[in-house]
Amino acid sequence: MAEESKKASFLSQMFAPVAGFGVTFSTMFRTLETEEYPEVKRPTQPRYHGRHQLNRHPDGLEKCIGCELCAWACPADAIYVEGADNDDSEGGSGRFSPGERYGRVYQINYLRCIFCGLCIEACPTRALTMTNVYELADTNRSALIFEKSQLLAPVQEGMIAAPHPMVDGLRERDYYQGKVASATPEQSAWADAREAELAATAKSTEVDDR
Amino acid sequence: MGIEEKLPAGILLTTVEQLAGYMRKSSVWPATFGLACCAIEMMAVGTPDYDIARFGMERFSATPRQADLMIVAGRVSQKMAPVLRQVYDQMPEPKWVISMGVCASSGGMFNNYAIVQGVDHIVPVDVYLPGCPPRPEMLLNAIITLHEQIQNAPLGVNRVNAAHAAEAAGLAATPTHDMKGLLA
Repeated sequence: MAEESKKASFLSQMFAPVAGFGVTFSTMFRTLETEEYPEVKRPTQPRYHGRHQLNRHPDGLEKCIGCELCAWACPADAIYVEGADNDDSEGGSGRFSPGERYGRVYQINYLRCIFCGLCIEACPTRALTMTNVYELADTNRSALIFEKSQLLAPVQEGMIAAPHPMVDGLRERDYYQGKVASATPEQSAWADAREAELAATAKSTEVDDR
Repeated sequence: MGIEEKLPAGILLTTVEQLAGYMRKSSVWPATFGLACCAIEMMAVGTPDYDIARFGMERFSATPRQADLMIVAGRVSQKMAPVLRQVYDQMPEPKWVISMGVCASSGGMFNNYAIVQGVDHIVPVDVYLPGCPPRPEMLLNAIITLHEQIQNAPLGVNRVNAAHAAEAAGLAATPTHDMKGLLA
């Protein structure tokens, strides 16, 4: 055995000291495995547990009913919910969700949240779901407590942002049976009237301040 | 102190600041401070798949004397707290801290007597990173956030003034142990 290895060819003996560089050299022609993160983002899995989102019904009313089940399910106590009654009366605070109550205050502390998804499982109305957003780093501790305004899903085509009344002639259960497709003209008229009213009051207080 | 004080605060100093900031941010060396599961993700960032060397962090320094950045990865127990502070004190200025993961940032789900409720009780934190554990991209994102901070950091007199302003703001702010609600 030992004698055989001694009889290596002249060529292989000559290249023996630099044979290790062969690996380095051949690596130059291999495709790069590195993920170029900030420029090219590798997509997450479709069910990735990312940042939360508070969903809306097709007409723009919020799905959250302020039941606090997510807060109870949370193992890290990262969620704070304060429910309130929907107010359909004249001059009231308005209606935010189809049912009796809505989530008035909704906070998630992302410095406690462990993205386990138990809140999603606990949610009875599928109001709370998770997105694939994961870029959450921040320089400030209080900036990472997300308020309801940051968590709410964007208002999409056919939606009107709450508060506004339910679709005429429909009840709460009709919303969950998918009988609502989009906001009705009555709802948009109501929202426009409210907006005009708010603008008028804001203008009058401005005049008072002067 | 130096030439910075003799020059009028203006265009020259800001250009120098930008240049110095660029150089500093391109060669930040992290100290290894893996404490728990987050450390696994931190190690993954060092692998060729994510390749932290792209950001000038050629290696994780095993000694705090040669480190600029402490990535606190994992829950800090009360017993580890003085050790962490000592490692931080041994690092030369300028130094930065990334609090990686929810446990380091606020105690996370371990709201009990054994775990420090946020590493900012012990050392000043520059970037908080949520996630349990954060995926490697999230750590890279935090590093990029820190790079922006380093790039725009003031120098000389401006730096002293900024430090005074930060201290005054810190004294006026609610102490961490007095905070209520989700901030507690």
